[in-house]
Amino acid sequence: MFELDKWQEIYSTIRKNKLRTFLTGFAVAWGIFMLIILLGSGKGLENGVTDQFQGGANNGIWISSGMTSKEFKGLQAGRMIRFTNDDYNLLKESVRDHEYMSSRMFLGNIITSYKNEYGSFYLSPCHPDYGNIKEVEMIRGRFLNYLDIDEFRKVAVIGEKVKQDLFKEPDTVAMGEYLNINGVLFRVVGVFRDFGRDDSEQRRIYIPISTAQRVFSGQNVVSQISFTTGDASVEEVDLMLDYTRNLLAKKHTFDTEDQRAVSIWNKNEDFRRFQGLFMGIRLFIWIVGIGTIIAGIVGVSNIMMISVKERTKEIGIRKALGATPFSIISLILREAIVITGFSGYIGLVLGIGVLELISRNLPETDFFRSPEANFSIAVGATILLIAAGTLAGLFPARKAARIKPIEALRDE
Amino acid sequence: MIKIRNIHKSYTNGQMNLHVLKGINLDIEAGEMISIMGPSGSGKSTLLNIFGILDNYDNGEYYLDGKKIQNLNERKAALLRNRMLGFVFQAFNLVSFKNAMENVALPLYYQKVPRRKRNKIALEYLDKLGLKDWAHHLPNELSGGQKQRVAIARALITQPKVILADEPTGALDSVTSQEMMNLLTEINQTGITMIIVTHELDIARRTQKTIRIIDGTIQEIVENEVQSTKYEDRTQVRSNVIASEAKQPKNEVTSVSRPKQYEKVA
Repeated sequence: MFELDKWQEIYSTIRKNKLRTFLTGFAVAWGIFMLIILLGSGKGLENGVTDQFQGGANNGIWISSGMTSKEFKGLQAGRMIRFTNDDYNLLKESVRDHEYMSSRMFLGNIITSYKNEYGSFYLSPCHPDYGNIKEVEMIRGRFLNYLDIDEFRKVAVIGEKVKQDLFKEPDTVAMGEYLNINGVLFRVVGVFRDFGRDDSEQRRIYIPISTAQRVFSGQNVVSQISFTTGDASVEEVDLMLDYTRNLLAKKHTFDTEDQRAVSIWNKNEDFRRFQGLFMGIRLFIWIVGIGTIIAGIVGVSNIMMISVKERTKEIGIRKALGATPFSIISLILREAIVITGFSGYIGLVLGIGVLELISRNLPETDFFRSPEANFSIAVGATILLIAAGTLAGLFPARKAARIKPIEALRDE
Repeated sequence: MIKIRNIHKSYTNGQMNLHVLKGINLDIEAGEMISIMGPSGSGKSTLLNIFGILDNYDNGEYYLDGKKIQNLNERKAALLRNRMLGFVFQAFNLVSFKNAMENVALPLYYQKVPRRKRNKIALEYLDKLGLKDWAHHLPNELSGGQKQRVAIARALITQPKVILADEPTGALDSVTSQEMMNLLTEINQTGITMIIVTHELDIARRTQKTIRIIDGTIQEIVENEVQSTKYEDRTQVRSNVIASEAKQPKNEVTSVSRPKQYEKVA
């Protein structure tokens, strides 16, 4: 009841000064609106770029062989480096801190058929760990395992799209069926989904690398070796990569400085670089946004100052009738918080509404998709608003509390 | 009810130091109705502000209802004002965006009386003052006399011990002024101590005592022996005042009164 009283006091003063309250509120609403739009756009940019990094663990290391570009120990530049199972085994044994490791062969798109249905799918022979490195999600069945490798089993794990394309009947589980891959029959043991950035990740077939080497190439050639670094720190990862490079350089006799001979892509490093960039962008946005809000706060503060001046007499009367300084401060402060809070909230809702509109109607590009203001931004903005309101009301409220009733009442 | 001893008060305005009250001694008994007169700048309003705990004094002692009032913090002063004192001002000082009832109820708001209850009490007081039909009007819809009645109702609602009225009739015409004085006298007769600052002789004469302040000191205290409640009786009051002036005032503070100067001040 008493609390309700205070709100009624505030309501009556706000109602008395509709235009003034509206203009003040507008400044704050605008500030919050801009902040939300900025943050949302920043998020959109971030979403777009982060999307480029989808598909695979963030701590993945991808090693591909290439061609030497420097002479080394009498060997000419331009020599092809080829990885074999030996390299995989060497790294698996020597690079102690790795979490998962797999080698891959690049065989490209291969004609695959099931009964009368044909399709061309990307065939990717690999080790069982690849499922973890690539972070595929099994919908049905299992990924490859080491028994498949050891026993050269002809088994296949297929992407969701592969299943859709080859198994026309929607109810088929596809499990245990045989696919004809380039003339060799493989039994389907699992169906996966990959949250990679496009469909092509779903149009893949994984088979044991040992089987592929025996059936398709007849050699022990490996195109790429990848591993994850577990929870190793940035420095540890750097040491690990140096060690890996030295190991391979020694084995294949190339200059460790020769970046072309073996290329090592540290996904995490790229990811971190972008994260740093976005941290910077976000910081910049907050600074600009808060600057805009401060302009709003100064506006509110200014208006409240004038309001206190106008109400000097009223405040004097209240004090003469027994209002304590605290009750005066709380009256002014509450008014400021109500104005900033309410109008800020309107700005917040409008900003999120506009972001939604953009998100729905703007075509997505590689570097900008689904701009959004998430829950934490809304919470942050709310806290900011209350703090802003308090700040805006503080000086006027203190001024009001210092009003001497006598002087106020003398003021004709 | 009110006892002050050797009160001094000065204001500093830039380089100027203005000594407004220069040692005031005064006793006001409970239930008395007194008036304070004096030319502007004599310190009468300052004295009223000190009585009302709206202002501090520099030196001396002030007892309100036996309680020493000195260096109170603002919160305590506010509580005392709320419980003990009622104010009536020349400019009425109603809150412009609140209606008559809400204005009257305002002191109870600061006593944390629930809204419904305090509005009910406010209506009772407005009814007593004949303003029930105007309870929901804003101040600017009321006449001067009505506004002052609302202000008086507001002063009465906390059932104060003392009512301090600063030029309560200053903005009213003479007929309304006399009605207002009738009202204040009636209120005084219920036992509430009444202190009225005025510069109108007619008003001062209707109180029991008139204290004349000039240049920050009490120049004289005049006993207005006969209380008259009717405007028509003012000739009689005047003769009484003259009679009282002829006598040597009893109070030790007063100086010799000179009728000529009295006329000039009035």
